[in-house]
Amino acid sequence: MDSLKFSPPPVSKAAEDLRLEVRAFLKDALAGQTATEKAQSWNGHSPEFSRLVGKQGWLGMTWPKQYGGQERSALERYVVVEEMLAAGAPVSAHWIAERQSGPTLLRYGTQAQRDEILPKILRGECYFAIGMSEPNSGSDLASVQTRAVKTDGGFVVNGSKIWTSNAHLSHYMILFCRTDARSEDRHSGHSQFLVDMKTPGLEIRPILFSTGEHQFNEVFFKDMFLPDAALIGEMGQGWKQVTGELSFERSGPDRFLTSFAAVKGLSGRIGTEPDDRGAIALGRIVAHLMVLRRMSRSIAGMLEDDLDPALQAAIVKDLGTSLEQEIPEIARQIIAVEPGEGADGELEAMLDYIIQHAPTFSLRGGTREILRGIIARGAGLR
Amino acid sequence: MNISESLAVETSERLLREQCTDTVLAAADAGIWQQALWEQLTEFGLPVALVGEDQGGIDLRIAEAFAIFRLAGQVALPLPIVETVLGNWLLSRAGLEPFEGPVSLVDGTALSLSAKNDGWHLSGGAPRVPWGRRADIVVLVGGKVARVGRKGVTVSEGTNIADEPRDGLAFDAQLENAAVADLPGKTDLMAVLAAARCNQMAGAMERVFELATAYALEREQFGRPLAKFQAIQQNLAVLAEQVAASNAAAEMAAEAVEGEIGRIAVAAAKTRVGEAAGIAASIAHQVVGAMGVTEEFSLHHLTRRLWSWREEYGNETYWAREIGQATAKLGPDALWPAITAV
Ligand SMILES: Cc1cc2nc3c(=O)[nH]c(=O)nc-3n(C[C@H](O)[C@H](O)[C@H](O)COP(=O)(O)OP(=O)(O)OC[C@H]3O[C@@H](n4cnc5c(N)ncnc54)[C@H](O)[C@@H]3O)c2cc1C
Repeated sequence: MDSLKFSPPPVSKAAEDLRLEVRAFLKDALAGQTATEKAQSWNGHSPEFSRLVGKQGWLGMTWPKQYGGQERSALERYVVVEEMLAAGAPVSAHWIAERQSGPTLLRYGTQAQRDEILPKILRGECYFAIGMSEPNSGSDLASVQTRAVKTDGGFVVNGSKIWTSNAHLSHYMILFCRTDARSEDRHSGHSQFLVDMKTPGLEIRPILFSTGEHQFNEVFFKDMFLPDAALIGEMGQGWKQVTGELSFERSGPDRFLTSFAAVKGLSGRIGTEPDDRGAIALGRIVAHLMVLRRMSRSIAGMLEDDLDPALQAAIVKDLGTSLEQEIPEIARQIIAVEPGEGADGELEAMLDYIIQHAPTFSLRGGTREILRGIIARGAGLR
Repeated sequence: MNISESLAVETSERLLREQCTDTVLAAADAGIWQQALWEQLTEFGLPVALVGEDQGGIDLRIAEAFAIFRLAGQVALPLPIVETVLGNWLLSRAGLEPFEGPVSLVDGTALSLSAKNDGWHLSGGAPRVPWGRRADIVVLVGGKVARVGRKGVTVSEGTNIADEPRDGLAFDAQLENAAVADLPGKTDLMAVLAAARCNQMAGAMERVFELATAYALEREQFGRPLAKFQAIQQNLAVLAEQVAASNAAAEMAAEAVEGEIGRIAVAAAKTRVGEAAGIAASIAHQVVGAMGVTEEFSLHHLTRRLWSWREEYGNETYWAREIGQATAKLGPDALWPAITAV
């Protein structure tokens, strides 16, 4: 099975120079962060920070110059992204737009869509939501029932989306829905649309996370009119387009660095002369991170070469999220802490946040079981 | 250069796949030295893979040699090719003549080498030396390479879980001046050997995955192939993930040896691959059922090696502790820079 081989990641001197620049920037920009803010990882939302990053030229930096991009390498972008995550920067506002919506528009969007939207994403001013899951369609994404029916000059959309992260804070959604009546082939008859969140007929209702946070939402469409110009790519090709998007969503450092704050916290607690248990626990996590990082950078190289690393991405996401979930469990085996906010130390507050959010790591972006199913299919087992 | 385009790697792959049969493996398990196979490897030049052409070698790149180690792991090659390639590599780098026959090498940190009688005297003991009973011995001690051979070496035989010879050696050897030379540069022999085992293990796991997958597709229960059961699919997917991580880690280790970046990358690789080895063996045996634990079914040639190799030249506990101590010492803010330095 060739997809079990990860070609060596590309080497780039420019990327390493950039790394030092990003580190220096973050040191200033993030001074005074609380422990919980550090632990939030890519859930932390700050439009001010996103605009600041945009000003640095660090959003969409691989995109064509005609949209304000810099046509830099995937590896340079990778460095910016991983440095932000490792530092616990509040990247959530621009995250989806920069990671997957922009690339989708670049690949499939109309010229007008690109001209209108990409420069705003680059400036850190334009945020996106993902409109895939529905109340009755989670893992079985192809079964979505929200439908766009062709009408004069556009489409009329009815249905709803759920778990839509940051819908209430976003300017646009990429909507994945049905455009044909159910066909024989479950993987045809879908399309993607660019939806302005202010479109009449679109309503957002919050769903509160168990901690009381408002992050995800339910989004309803009632006779919502979308002009023809809102169609992304080809009508009926939505499934193919969306699975391409998932490779971007699944392979990045956001799939193994989410709990990194707790690793630093653990290191601080075991001190500079740790006992064996502490040293072994920390060393094992570091070993896993080094290898995952190599695999993930290898995929960045494949994406740059226009290869399709869907299988490799599934592997990295499952291994990475498993480690992210293990990290708080390891930390509490080594240090007798009682997680809680406003408690004695940073690690306590971080674990309070991470333990409660860890179950989502292996759900969002495709569940563990679905990823393993993709891998098994790649191995010819199904 | 892309390793998959290396002619030497490609030829080795063909040779090893064709010649390292189940019959060979069974005979080797019974303690019989596989001379015919060894001669074929020699004819191809593998023992001098890392020796320069001026010294009669074939001058491969380190990455190519390590790719061949991975292939040797895939077929569970029951011969000391890794030790021979690396032993001759040390000899040639020190300007000494490579051995023709099988070689084993000893990290002589615990041995003593002193000037005596117009030559050198080597003394002390080394535990668990691969094929110590029949290989010509090369020792790296105090920055010097000693071309010991077999004279002055007393053997007490032992084996590992896979029945590979792992012998205790006691040295009381008088060596000529010409048999000892300085090794230019710095070589962390333990890390090099650990990196080699990583590659062998990654190869063995690839084969374990192939065997388990093929079995699941063929064996039927409840009227359908095992592969159609989701529990089996999910377990094999986990196995595939471990293979993928091991491949990446093994390459990272080989690169570390080639680029002399040093120990921490090898430490991470051996920690990661060692952990994967246990998971891979356990899943494969579960999928293959009772057949998998028979002498007849070749899975054990690989899993017994995995259980042995993960302990050699530092197991997960050893290396994780070293990584943990080194990174903790620098403090939490230096943790991330340490990770990106690899
Ligand atoms: C924090 C968070 C943010 C999210 N943000 C977004 C967003 O912005 N936009 C969006 O569209 N979606 C979002 N999601 C939704 C996410 O994509 C879904 O949760 C995910 O696809 C799983 O769907 P589900 O929750 O309906 O679970 P289900 O599909 O009902 O699955 C429940 C369980 O059953 C298992 N299961 C399902 N089918 C199978 C099968 N065939 N074989 C074996 N096991 C199976 C699953 O693995 C899971 O363990 C988010 C989710 C979370 C947790």
